[in-house]
Amino acid sequence: MNILDVLEKENQKATLPQFDVGDTVEVYTKIIEGEKERTQIFNGVVIAKKGGGLKEVFVARRIVQGEGVERVFALHSPRLLDVKVVRSGKVRRAKLYYLREKASKEAARLKEKFVEKRGVVEKGQA
Amino acid sequence: MISGILGKKIGMTQLFQKDGLLVPITVLQAGPCHVLQVKTREKDGYPAVQLGFDDKKEKSASEPEIGHAKKAAATPKRFIREVSYTDETPPQPGQSFGVEVFAEIKKVDVIGLTKGKGFQGGMRRWGFRGGPDTHGSTRHRSPGSIGSNTDPGRVWKGKRMAGHMGVERVTVQDLKVVNVDTKRNLLMVRGAVPGVDGGYVIIRRSIKGKK
Repeated sequence: MNILDVLEKENQKATLPQFDVGDTVEVYTKIIEGEKERTQIFNGVVIAKKGGGLKEVFVARRIVQGEGVERVFALHSPRLLDVKVVRSGKVRRAKLYYLREKASKEAARLKEKFVEKRGVVEKGQA
Repeated sequence: MISGILGKKIGMTQLFQKDGLLVPITVLQAGPCHVLQVKTREKDGYPAVQLGFDDKKEKSASEPEIGHAKKAAATPKRFIREVSYTDETPPQPGQSFGVEVFAEIKKVDVIGLTKGKGFQGGMRRWGFRGGPDTHGSTRHRSPGSIGSNTDPGRVWKGKRMAGHMGVERVTVQDLKVVNVDTKRNLLMVRGAVPGVDGGYVIIRRSIKGKK
């Protein structure tokens, strides 16, 4: 096996949080401020997952004071503590960049409600 | 103590540091290197160690190569270079070195042969600006004037012009050592290293980093 692949595998986390694109998640990250350490939580919708292996990242998006905010998190970063799924949504594409066009908060929220219902129904059937 | 070691560029990837910083690294196979010959001030005029890296098939090695390696009880090598040493007691032929040479070193220089770019124009090779793209211009990538008129009546030697680019020896200084893996003889340095993946490199302790 390629040495680079072996190295990458060795530096990956053993267990990864499970979530999908479209899920609303709480992302727990470790913030180091000088000596102090604290946990920061970012709430948002996962709109994309990119890369594979050690290089895998995901993008979470939320609306803060009417302004869209997106953050990119590296899945295997030691600073990423946990990702909790608040609610899962059923979506029909891998990248939800169209959410950016839904500028107004209402549009985004409506979309989410709709998404959540579909998700629940699907779980009931399964 | 020898000043450097021979190796091979495996490729680049990224690793997380403990504090969460993602660093770009180049993975180098550093050793095992066999000492093929030890040169001394008395005998050869300068002290040096001739190292050999990467085994070569005996059938593709020449007779002199085989004989030279046999003297040091080694197999013929593909990559042979000299490095200096600073020991009171010099290394012996037949001895072998690995990455442990760099166990306590923070910075290294890496010497390699750059990728060949073929025949390139002045813009690519020397970073010339070229001419305007529009406004009736027809000299889009030309180098412009290459000198004066009757005096000197010729083009200066060394004038930067189009020509062959790449496949030259380049030293990258002061690369930070991220990790030393003595088990697999791997050296991980921060940043890029000249040459193709699988190309041979000389790794030595940093010249500037010496205190």
